[in-house]
Amino acid sequence: MEQFLSDRKVFYQVLTRKIIVLILVVSLFPLVLTTGTLVYRFHLAYTEKVQAHISELVQKHTQNMDTFLSEKLGNIRYLARQFDNNKRSPKIFLEKNLELLKNEYGEVFTDLGLVDESGIQFAYEGPFRLENADYSAAEWFIKAIDKPFYISDVFAGLRGHPHFIIAVKVRSNGSDYILRSTINFGAFNSLVENIHIGKTGMAFLINSKGQLQTQTNVELKQSIVSTMVDPSCYKNNETVFAKKKDASGNKYLCVTSMLKNIDWLMVFRQDLHDAFRDLWKTQLLTLVIFIFGCIAILSVTFTLPRNIVKLIARADQKSESMNQQVVESGRLATIGELAAGIAHEINNPVAIMVEEAGWIEDLLEEEDVKECENLGEFTRALKQIHTQGIRCKEITHKLLSFARKTDYTINDVQINDTVMEIVSLTDHMARYNSVIIETKLNEGIPCIRISPSELQQVILNLINNAIDAMEKTGGTIIVETKISDIEKNHLVISIEDNGPGIPKDNLGRIFDPFFTTKAVGKGTGLGLSICYGIILKMGGKIDVQSQVGVGTKFRIWISFQEDIVENTGNEIESAIKGE
Amino acid sequence: MNHIKLLLVDDEKPFLDTLTKRLEKREINISAVYSGKDALAELEKNKSIDVVILDVKMPGMDGIFTLVEIKKSFPLVEVIMLTGHATVETAIDGMKLGAFDYLMKPCDIDVLIDKAREALEKKRKHEEKIMDARMKEITDRMI
Repeated sequence: MEQFLSDRKVFYQVLTRKIIVLILVVSLFPLVLTTGTLVYRFHLAYTEKVQAHISELVQKHTQNMDTFLSEKLGNIRYLARQFDNNKRSPKIFLEKNLELLKNEYGEVFTDLGLVDESGIQFAYEGPFRLENADYSAAEWFIKAIDKPFYISDVFAGLRGHPHFIIAVKVRSNGSDYILRSTINFGAFNSLVENIHIGKTGMAFLINSKGQLQTQTNVELKQSIVSTMVDPSCYKNNETVFAKKKDASGNKYLCVTSMLKNIDWLMVFRQDLHDAFRDLWKTQLLTLVIFIFGCIAILSVTFTLPRNIVKLIARADQKSESMNQQVVESGRLATIGELAAGIAHEINNPVAIMVEEAGWIEDLLEEEDVKECENLGEFTRALKQIHTQGIRCKEITHKLLSFARKTDYTINDVQINDTVMEIVSLTDHMARYNSVIIETKLNEGIPCIRISPSELQQVILNLINNAIDAMEKTGGTIIVETKISDIEKNHLVISIEDNGPGIPKDNLGRIFDPFFTTKAVGKGTGLGLSICYGIILKMGGKIDVQSQVGVGTKFRIWISFQEDIVENTGNEIESAIKGE
Repeated sequence: MNHIKLLLVDDEKPFLDTLTKRLEKREINISAVYSGKDALAELEKNKSIDVVILDVKMPGMDGIFTLVEIKKSFPLVEVIMLTGHATVETAIDGMKLGAFDYLMKPCDIDVLIDKAREALEKKRKHEEKIMDARMKEITDRMI
């Protein structure tokens, strides 16, 4: 049994583990897979979308910038060609055209100037006094003199204001001139400044040397900007998307695009966490939901199998005790059969013994023996043998009659005989527990058609319970049979004791299977529920009244039908008489 | 009435022997056999047997079968079944088949003798009736 129990325990542990693993695999695996796939796909799609959006924006602005520059360049080149054909004084030409340009484009063109081959600006129109300024050493002039046109980087220039210059070479009267125009830096800067995405997204221009060409709201160190991009790797008309890390460890997006007209780069920079804020928010939400899901699954995984296994264990226990009950009853039946066999076998020798005693008794009648002085003793001993033989016969007959009735066939039963049989059977045990069984068996109760052994089982159970209850104190059991006053055509068997009684809390449950107040292993809690089932099957009913300290009374009602009972009774009588 | 002739049939030899001795002591003419087959042979041989006391449980030919055979061949012979308690039903079956009564083992010898006398009485009455009928037949023929 111990071995069996420990085996069971191991089995339950294995079962619990198996269920846990199964639930975990079945629920967590798809969850992880689904969440992972979704998050990954969403991440890809969203990144692509953001990338496309920013690239498009940058490209568009790059184009705008290109358009702006080429337009301005076009304007100046047009002016330069006009100057070529115009013989009027350069000062008037500049004045007139600057006004025209300002009318057309607002404050984009700050000034116009004509520079001769030696770098002296011989004519100037604008807000500054730059007539006869010497540009011969200026970088833009050196570069512009060799090319048909030139757009300079942004520089402070002679005036100390950041600006850039569009210069176009003009050939007139056999000598080269340069028509230059300063582009208002503010107007140009606003084009780039308008690009703002999120909190940290901003755009700026840098030249081929990595120098900033526009102003930015956030101060960017020149060194950072220069490390940001390597202009050499850009081809025209292409946006390059890159993720980089700055010196302080911030990750940022860097989108760059090359301008067509000039070696300038449009750079868009945005902190990664800013650019993908929505994505990361979604991912965080998913993660939180995932974690909560996992917690829920885990808690179910670790509580559910335990409860299930507990239920299984309880069911096992029940079936175990049921099995024991069945085995027990089977054993009892076997013992009953065995007893019957033995009783039958004993019957014959007992008969012989009684007969032999009778023979000796007969012989003692003879004259010659009568004079023997021990005759009295002989007679007494023989009488004793005879009496004990009769007693043996009674015992074996009782055993036989009980064993024979363990079948469940339905017979006509005279209830008083059935009750008496059980009472005589339990009387012995009752006396050991100083319990007295009294019977009040009323005459005139008709026969009932039931299985007598089943009814005996019920009565035996009730009497045994009563004896068990009064084990310590002793007491009286009254078994009474009568025709019911309350129910028509019913007989009542009542078994009443004056034991400790049943507490009210238990009274409603005593017929429940497995309900027992006896110590573990002493009672199965099945006795009364089996009784209840038997009586119910007979079409009768059983009830209980009990008062703590006063006693308990069980009553069984069974119906009878007078007419049928009498008829069958007659039949049997005539059969016995053999007529 | 006293000249009753009994046949005892039982496979329990000690029981039968003692019972025989006790009955003989009471001056009853008795013969004892130990099986159903022997009983039929004895009845064939000794036509004066009035009552058979027959054990229900016997090896070979059992009580009921022997009873049927006896009633077939010797309808006037009365049979008393002798039984242990376990076979009362068989005894009842026997009575349905024409046995006079049954006795339970171990039985009081006086009860046994009383039963046997009753059976003899029944048999005598029966024989008387048959005799009367025969006589009536003969006298009728004479007329």
